Amino acid sequence: MQTTWAYISNYFIYSAMAVFAISFVAHAFETAFAVRAPEKADVTQGNLLVKTLDYQRTEKAARIATAMMILGFILLLGGVIARGLSNKHVPWGNMYEFSITGALAFTGAYLAALRKYDLRWLGLFISLAVLLTLGTAITLLYRDSAPLVPALKSTWLVIHVVAAIISGGVFLLANVVSGAYLYLDYKESRGGRPAWLTRVPTLEVLDQLSYRLVAFVFPLWTFAVIAGAIWAESAWGRYWGWDPKETWAFITWVAYAAYLHARVTIGWRGRRAAWLCILAGSTFLFNYVYVNVWGTGKHTYSGL
Amino acid sequence: MSEKIEVPELGAVGLARYLWRQLTSMRTALILLMMMGIAAIPGSLIPQRITNAIAVRDLYDSNPNLARWYDRFYLFDVYGSPWFSAIYILLFISLIGCVLPRTLEHYKAMKAQPPATPRNLSRLEHHQEFKADEKALENAALWFAKNRFRIKRDGDSISAEKGYLRETGNLLFHLSLILILVGVSFGALFGMRGEAIINVGERFINVATTYDTLSFGKLTSEKSLQPFEVKLDRFNATYNPATNAPIDYKAWVTVTENGISRKQILKVNQPLTFGNTRVYLQANGYSPVVTVRDSRGNVALQGPVPFLPQDANLRSIGAIKVPDADPPVGFVANFVPTNQRTSGQGAISVFPELLDPKLLFSVWQGDLGLNSGVPQSVYRLDTDKLRKIGLGSVKPGETFTYPEGSITLETVVPWVNLQVVRDPGKTYALWGGIVAVLGLLSSLYGRRRRIWIRKVGDSVEVAGLAKNEAPGLQAEIQAFVAAVKGDK
Ligand code: HEM
Repeated sequence: MQTTWAYISNYFIYSAMAVFAISFVAHAFETAFAVRAPEKADVTQGNLLVKTLDYQRTEKAARIATAMMILGFILLLGGVIARGLSNKHVPWGNMYEFSITGALAFTGAYLAALRKYDLRWLGLFISLAVLLTLGTAITLLYRDSAPLVPALKSTWLVIHVVAAIISGGVFLLANVVSGAYLYLDYKESRGGRPAWLTRVPTLEVLDQLSYRLVAFVFPLWTFAVIAGAIWAESAWGRYWGWDPKETWAFITWVAYAAYLHARVTIGWRGRRAAWLCILAGSTFLFNYVYVNVWGTGKHTYSGL
Repeated sequence: MSEKIEVPELGAVGLARYLWRQLTSMRTALILLMMMGIAAIPGSLIPQRITNAIAVRDLYDSNPNLARWYDRFYLFDVYGSPWFSAIYILLFISLIGCVLPRTLEHYKAMKAQPPATPRNLSRLEHHQEFKADEKALENAALWFAKNRFRIKRDGDSISAEKGYLRETGNLLFHLSLILILVGVSFGALFGMRGEAIINVGERFINVATTYDTLSFGKLTSEKSLQPFEVKLDRFNATYNPATNAPIDYKAWVTVTENGISRKQILKVNQPLTFGNTRVYLQANGYSPVVTVRDSRGNVALQGPVPFLPQDANLRSIGAIKVPDADPPVGFVANFVPTNQRTSGQGAISVFPELLDPKLLFSVWQGDLGLNSGVPQSVYRLDTDKLRKIGLGSVKPGETFTYPEGSITLETVVPWVNLQVVRDPGKTYALWGGIVAVLGLLSSLYGRRRRIWIRKVGDSVEVAGLAKNEAPGLQAEIQAFVAAVKGDK
């Protein structure tokens, strides 16, 4: 039973994908063309030309890339809202709906962070990640829009899912930053960054940034888990039952608590902290993919 | 081993103190925290008795050796196992041992005045010096008061501090974890949980005998059941005609408590509440209402018999046992709410609502074994010692006759499974959760910082220091300096 709104939603999602693709190309263009060979031949190191990065040259492309990202966000938002209208409930009934909302949150987290930090070097990865998510969602996970099963009809579900999806978006952003840290750390330890990465901030900045992101959303994630418990209490008569999904939410929580402790109280920095951050983020991803798709608990609403 | 391990000569008290210090150290806590996360993993990969008893039984059938090994390490009951309990109990002892002394210390620090102004301010961050008039210190004190800094004045200098909320929040957060654990334990010790199947038109009375299953916490018993009654007036389940998925379950009930009755609606996310006890709508199915007559024409059984759903379209199985018939008979039956009109054998339901209900059964005669003392499932009939005397099916209003009697399907009523849960600890756990979030917010976003000002001749010196790299101190000091200069 597809309603008009469900079709409209699909058009929005397809348009958003097209726009994200343009954004990806623009990001790739500006990254590639900002690199240039020196005019003077004597700037060589051994036999290699030392390339430099001059992204003044590609400022226009960067602006287009960001504008496309914003447009994509708006279209995606339209798609998610239309999907909700198609059944008059929040669009979180199955994996497809979780994925498009997750992509929305991820883009939103990036755009929000962009207002404070110049993160445009990340845009290439962000647009690619969003494209992959949406592509997987629409090809593999797509399900016709359908009403929610009774257990999902709850205000606390809405609150819980909003908090969990936002937390997830920011956790993944922190993972990307930590991954960038590790990659650059590796590159720098053997001679230096490739030219196209010279505008990525210093290692210290990345290190701080991933910590800030985690510290910023950890309370929200805590709240998401509690809201989920309140919902479970009203739907199933117990607020905690060690269902696989709950267990992994708990593991994620413990992993990030350990990360914060390691940083704040033991003073871990740099490589070790980045690995711990990625480990914690992986537990979140694991929960999302494994437990939703293959798990057997009460939470398996993936519709697959 | 030539190396001598250094054992401090401690004696029992000293050793205890040494162990206590080790246990309550940050490193131990962190390791325990990690261990708890890791220890939770197997429970999400291996089926657990509390959530999926059937899968555990299946594993016992398919791979008994592995299952026995799992059981030896409590891998089917991870979250109640001694090793899981050991980890979290140690963690919480560690937490208490660390947080309580820190709370006392923090309390003292909050009541004390900020430390005196350092001799040499120019070595500190954000240092600046500028000309100012007589009123500089007064202006500074006013600004500090307005911005709720705590200050210590001596002579020509003021030392001010703000942001204790950070440490307060941090302590509150850790204390709240203890509160959550208290709540969880309270629920486990004093709670109860039970289930009962109630047909539409029937009454649920909260006494032990009404329940199909019932279990109590370690420190409580049947006497603690609250007196209340719930009569199921009507039940309605609606399904999506395209996907057969449920859309809504709704039960109309009459609740009687302390002699007063009221009408209420019970839904999946909308339990009934009686103090700490809540009643949940958990599952639903159908009870064929049958009349069984025996060989002499007497009514040997009349009433609804709950059947157990087997799939999403509510094909259900059940057993109708009639020990009082002459001779005793039993029926092994299938019930389908919407019968599939195919020639194939077996019963298939194509929709969960009662569009074309049909009861299909085989009739058995002999000693049903109900008095043998061996517990039997109400949904199954043990046919080992019985003789099959018939095979048939009926729709509502129809009667099937076999040599020793007859069965009539009068009508079909829905039943619901009520889950009754008492959890006296959940309020504590909830408060623990609320405090945890608030504590985290003030701990992670709070900024602790100090600002000093000293008058030297006709100019003043200002400096600031932030713990944990609090951002924004620069701007705050700018505002402070403006206030000291008397700029509006
Ligand atoms: C014996 C056990 C524990 C001790 C001694 C302890 C102690 C501490 C200390 C000293 C801080 C640093 C506060 C600061 O410098 O601002 C901290 C932060 C934190 N702790 Fe614990 N903690 C313990 C257990 C736990 C547990 C079980 C959790 C939760 C799973 C937890 C979660 C956190 C979090 C999320 C923070 C970060 C908050 C912040 O940065 O202020 N802690 N803890």
